[in-house]
Amino acid sequence: MDIAINTGNSKYHVDKNGYYGRFGGAYIPEMLYPNVEELQTKYFQILSDPSFQQEFDALLRNYVGRPSPLYLARRLSEKYNANIYLKREDLNHTGAHKINNTIGQILLAKRLGKNRIIAETGAGQHGVATATVCALMNMECVVYMGSIDIERQAPNVARMKMLGATVVPATSGSQTLKDATNEAIRDWINNPVDTHYILGTASGPHPYPDMVARFQSVISEEIRKQLKEQTGSELPDYLVACIGGGSNAAGTYFHYLDEPSVKIIAVEAGGKGVHSGFSAATTQLGKLGIIHGAKTLLMQTDDGQIVEPHSISAGLDYPGIGPMHAHLYESGRGQFLSATDEEALEAAYELSKLEGIIPAMESAHALAKLKDLPLKKDDTVVLCLSGRGDKDLNTYIRHMSK
Amino acid sequence: MQNRIDQLFAKKPNGVLNIYCTAGFPELNDTLPVMKALQEAGADIIELGMPFSDPLADGPVIQDSSAQALKNGMSIPVLFSQLEGFRKEIQVPVILMGYLNPVMAYGIEAFCIKCSELGIDGVILPDLPMAEYESEYKALFEQHNLHFIFLVTPETSEARIRKIDSLSRGFVYAVSSSSTTGKDKEMGDQKAYFERLKGLQLKNPVLVGFGIKDKKTFDAAAANANGAIIGTAFIRALSGSQDINKTVKDFVGSII
Ligand SMILES: Cc1ncc(COP(=O)(O)O)c(C=O)c1O
Repeated sequence: MDIAINTGNSKYHVDKNGYYGRFGGAYIPEMLYPNVEELQTKYFQILSDPSFQQEFDALLRNYVGRPSPLYLARRLSEKYNANIYLKREDLNHTGAHKINNTIGQILLAKRLGKNRIIAETGAGQHGVATATVCALMNMECVVYMGSIDIERQAPNVARMKMLGATVVPATSGSQTLKDATNEAIRDWINNPVDTHYILGTASGPHPYPDMVARFQSVISEEIRKQLKEQTGSELPDYLVACIGGGSNAAGTYFHYLDEPSVKIIAVEAGGKGVHSGFSAATTQLGKLGIIHGAKTLLMQTDDGQIVEPHSISAGLDYPGIGPMHAHLYESGRGQFLSATDEEALEAAYELSKLEGIIPAMESAHALAKLKDLPLKKDDTVVLCLSGRGDKDLNTYIRHMSK
Repeated sequence: MQNRIDQLFAKKPNGVLNIYCTAGFPELNDTLPVMKALQEAGADIIELGMPFSDPLADGPVIQDSSAQALKNGMSIPVLFSQLEGFRKEIQVPVILMGYLNPVMAYGIEAFCIKCSELGIDGVILPDLPMAEYESEYKALFEQHNLHFIFLVTPETSEARIRKIDSLSRGFVYAVSSSSTTGKDKEMGDQKAYFERLKGLQLKNPVLVGFGIKDKKTFDAAAANANGAIIGTAFIRALSGSQDINKTVKDFVGSII
């Protein structure tokens, strides 16, 4: 597995200063500087180490269950009149793509000599994936989670606790993912020496967006191989993924960014509608700003206060996007769409009935946009099914009765 | 005109008391009354916090004051309108402290121009990276006679402290422990750090911030540096205040 390929001359990968176009960087207070600088100077070297890659590989294979299948969804394909392949990240251990990153970061934390792990979580998938690898590696684990999310993702809270993690409610602000991230960063400021922060998405200060993208890049590495086996070509016409902070999308696009024939589709959470005041569609509603240490597109008031986003899906309820995606949007390399809460719910029901797969609420946003793509008969679409829907059953059940 | 911060340290090189308060807190229009009371009570520098929705470097007390100030309607434009003409009444140095995003939204150049018109002396933006300040904004801040004040921590390397000292104007803000505002950590642990800072013989005065809450902690910090900064303890005192003048007078009086 090659997570340390040189991407030096690509327009879409990180540059040597930690930027994607005008987005990225590390806008952090001095208290975080030593930690972030340590990561900046060491991450690439650690990721390039063959023994690191071996260990990462072996765990992905034997513990996570990779490669995850690339599945031609026949009935879905029939309905949308194209060849639709689902990249089954939902079949990973713990039920989402998030574990690819936490395996990578826990191995990194060990090499950095850290013995305490902190994380933020929205849907709880990243929290569970972090608690899991901490159990595996015998490390202390503290997960920050917005109080509202603790309520709407109760099964994942129970899982984290069973795995031995401490779940700390974030009670400030909107009490969702953004606030959980604030609390995790504050914890890191207060524990600068022994603690590694396993950030769960492709956002935050450099090198997190690139590091997380590299750990997730196994998704597109496998897609290339599997698609070639199944269709004779490595290149699909479309890649589709949902975007919260952008880690499953970054992994899905990573090895295709410099393949101009492959259209990149990113689906944001439209909430109750992009202009309803209850949305998380960052590229539509945001402007240049700083969130969690990254310069990126950000939903904010005219006075520069960060806006509280809304999505039915806890994993997409974030007012920014990773800097790589802000650049894909601004450069035109990616096409950004949004799916409303309603559309996502319908898509979740549709996939369940057509294919026997209950998707995560987040992944359902990606599915919801199949109907809006100008698909032709022999188009090949690869859609990242980032997670499974077990954690969302309460939400689904509530809407079943309607 | 010479910057008021420099004038202060020329006159009073030791025991400088800098008090932080959040603009628009406890009530929207308390900004100026609090500032006046602080000057009257003997604070040497006033550090005005520009509230932000997501104050990463702050602990719960200052977070809550920021949230309250925002709820009260505080913003950079509102603050600037409150500060119109404040130099007629307030002579002590005034520093604005905040996060980069609201300043970016206002426009960094427009912000500097306005600060200079109003008579602001210095700015602290902890999340503006040093390298970006140097390449993009240093000339702008200096042109407007605005001192840009950087933070150092016990974890900051000597080479970096020297770089920070060379870029800082006014003073260097020594965070007394690697922590968000309002955390209690043992002063004793910090002694080696302060001695190290002293030994470096920086060109700027050093003020110790974070964790200073009473006379004892102020004196300990001031003994090792040119003075200290009090934030959380003051905000806590203001929170329950019925009479701002009295609260400020009692608080500052208990320190100096
Ligand atoms: C299943 C699933 N998909 C997608 C996301 C969104 O995150 P990202 O944009 O980093 O992939 C989450 C986040 O919790 C998730 O749990």
